[in-house]
Amino acid sequence: MSDLLLIAVLLVPAVAALSLAFVRDYRTGATLNVTAALLAFAASVALLLGDRPPAGELLIVDDLNTTFVVLNTLVGFTTSVFSASYIGHELDSGRLTPVLLRFYHAMYQVMLGSMSLALLANNLGLLWVGVEVATLTTVVMVGIYRTEPALEAAWKYFILGSVGIALAFFGTVLVYLAAQEVLGEGLPALAWNRVLEVAPRLDPRLLDLAFVFLLVGYGTKAGLVPFHAWLPDAHAEGPTPISAVLSGLLLNVALYALLRFKFLLAGNPEAFAPGPLMILLGLGSLWFSALMLYRRRDIKRFFAYSSIEHMGIASFAFGVAGPLANFAGLLHMAMHSLTKSAIFMAVGHVAQARGTQKIADLGGLVRTHPMLAVGLGAGMVAIAGLPPFGVFTSEFLVLNSAFAAVPSLAIPLAIGLLVALGALLLRFVQILFGEPSAQGEPVQAAVWPLVLHLGLVLIAGVVLPDPLVRWFQHVAALLG
Amino acid sequence: MSGIDIELARLMATLMLVVSFMLLYQDRLAGLINAYALQSGLLALAVAAQAHAQEAPHLYVTALLALVVKGLAIPLALHRIVLRLGVHREIEKVIGVGTTMLFGLAVTMLAVLVVLPVTETAAALTREDLGFALAIVLLGLLTMISRRNAVSQVIGFMSLENGLILAATGARGMPLVVEVSVAFSILIAFIVVGIFLFRIRERFDSVDVHALDRFRGELP
Repeated sequence: MSDLLLIAVLLVPAVAALSLAFVRDYRTGATLNVTAALLAFAASVALLLGDRPPAGELLIVDDLNTTFVVLNTLVGFTTSVFSASYIGHELDSGRLTPVLLRFYHAMYQVMLGSMSLALLANNLGLLWVGVEVATLTTVVMVGIYRTEPALEAAWKYFILGSVGIALAFFGTVLVYLAAQEVLGEGLPALAWNRVLEVAPRLDPRLLDLAFVFLLVGYGTKAGLVPFHAWLPDAHAEGPTPISAVLSGLLLNVALYALLRFKFLLAGNPEAFAPGPLMILLGLGSLWFSALMLYRRRDIKRFFAYSSIEHMGIASFAFGVAGPLANFAGLLHMAMHSLTKSAIFMAVGHVAQARGTQKIADLGGLVRTHPMLAVGLGAGMVAIAGLPPFGVFTSEFLVLNSAFAAVPSLAIPLAIGLLVALGALLLRFVQILFGEPSAQGEPVQAAVWPLVLHLGLVLIAGVVLPDPLVRWFQHVAALLG
Repeated sequence: MSGIDIELARLMATLMLVVSFMLLYQDRLAGLINAYALQSGLLALAVAAQAHAQEAPHLYVTALLALVVKGLAIPLALHRIVLRLGVHREIEKVIGVGTTMLFGLAVTMLAVLVVLPVTETAAALTREDLGFALAIVLLGLLTMISRRNAVSQVIGFMSLENGLILAATGARGMPLVVEVSVAFSILIAFIVVGIFLFRIRERFDSVDVHALDRFRGELP
C-alpha cells in the first residue's frame, strides 16, 4: 500500500504531463492541472500518515523528506489553482497563446514531478537528475513569453544553472568514489542511506572536496550569493505562478539536496565542518540582498531578492548547526515557502490589475483593490519577520541559536535582518498607501490559496503544533 | 594493470585536455565547432577504452552516443545554424588570447593540485581521469565566460559536459552513467534547436549600463 502511494506521488505528475500535452482547450487543461496536483498532494499526505515503505536503492521515505514532499505538493496544488485564474488574463492580453499554454501546463507537471523525485530519491544520482530536470523545465518556463528580456533571463538562468549542474555532478562522482572504496561498485555506493551507514569509514578528504563542489553546485540553485545572478531575472520575467513555485519550492529543494550531503559529513568525524562556509554564504546572501532591496523598482525583482535573503538565513541556521539551529532552519524553509508563494500569488494579480510590475506605479492599492491590498499587505508583514506570523518564530529561533552558539555571529545577522525589514516596510507603505497613479481594472482573483497559505503561517506563528515540533526536532537532531 | 586499453584511455583523456585548450584560442565559430567535434570523438574513444578495461559493455552505448550525436550530428547542425544566423564571419572575444591561455593553465594546475592529493587510494587511471576531467570542466567554464556569442557559450557548455562524462566513466562501476549521458544528449539537442528557433545570437554583450538597467527594469 505505502509502496503504491510512493509510486503515485511520482506517477501522477508524469501521466498528467503526458496527457496535458494533448489537451487543446486551455480551461480543460487548467482543470486537469489542478486535479493532478490535488491527487499528488493527497497521495503525499497519505504517505506522511501511513506506514513508511522500506528504503529501496532508488527511493526512500524518511523523516527529512516526507514533510517537504507534503509541503511541495501542497504549494504545487495551490499554485495550480492560482495559475488557473492567472492564465485567462494572459491569454486575453495576448501574452500567451493556446499552444504555449498546453506546453506550459505539461511543463508545470514535469516540474512538480521532478521536484518530488528529487525529494524522494535515495540514490544520489537520482537526486541530481530530479533537481536538474526541475531546473531545466523552469528555464523553459521563464522564457515562455519570448520577449527580449524573458529570453535574456532564461539564457542567463540556463548558463548559470548549467554551471551548477556541472559542479554538483562532479561532487556526486567524488562522493561515489569515496563510497565505492567501502561499499564496492554499483548502486549501493550511491544509495544515500547505505552511504550514511558507512560514513565514518569514508575518506574524509574526498568528502571535503565533494562537499565544496556540491555547495557551489546546489548553492547556485538555491540562489546563495555570489551564485545568485540568475535568480532576480528569472523571477521577474517569467509567468508569476512560476515565480511562486521557483521561490517557494525549487530553492528549498536545492537546499534540501545540500542537507542530504551535510548528513554524510556530519556522520564522519574527520571530515571538515561545513558550518563556517555555510554561515559565510548565508550572511553574505542576507547582507547583499538586504541592501539590494532598497534599489529595486520592479516588484517581482524585489521579492526575488527577498528570497535570496531568506535562503541565506536558512543556510546560516544550518551552518550554526546544533539541534535548535537546525530546527529553526527547517522551520524557516517551510515558513518562507508558504509565505513567499502567497506573496507571488498576490503580486501576480496586482500586476495584472495595474498592467505593470513597477513599484512606483502600484501605489495606493488599498483604495483601488482592497482585497488584494489586504492579502499582499499580510504577506509582506509576514515575510518581513514581524509577529504574529511564523517567519517571526523561525527568525527569532535562528537568532536565538546563533546567540547561544557564537554570540558575535548574532550581531551581523540581526543587523542584516533589520536592514531588510526597513526595506520591506518602506515598500509596504508605498504600495499600500501611496497615491494611486492609476485606477487599474478589477480582477477575478482566486483568493483562498492565499488565505490558506497565510493562515498556515499564522497558525505556525501563534501555536506551533506539537507533532510538527517533535518531528522537526527529531530531524534537527539527526542533522548534527 | 597497464594493458593497451588503459594506455589508450589515458592518452585520449590527455588529448581531450589539449583540445580544451584549442577551444580557448579559436577565434572563428567554425574552428570552435570543429574542435568540439574532435573532442567528442576523443571522448568516444576514451569511453570505449574504459568500457574494455572495466569490462563494462554498457559503456559502449555512451561511447557510441558521444561519437554519433556529439561528434557528428550536433557539429553538423551547428555549422548550418551558424551559416543561417549569419555569424560565421564574426570574431568574438571578451578577453585576449594570451590572458585566456594563462587563465587556462592556472585552472588546469588548480584541478590537478586539488584532485591528486585526495585520491591517493584510488586506482591510477581513476585519479588521472578525474584530474583531467576537472580541468576540462573548468576550461569549459572558461570558454563560456570568455565569449559572448550564444553558439560559442553552448559549445563551452558541451565541452564541459564532455568532461563530466569522462569523470563519470572513469569512476569504476558508477551507476546511471549511461542514463545520464543519454539525458545530456537529449538536453543538448534541445538547446541547439532552441538557439535556432529563438535566433539567439548574442547575450550579455552590452557594456552600456543603461541597456542593462532597461533589461532589469530598474529605470524609473
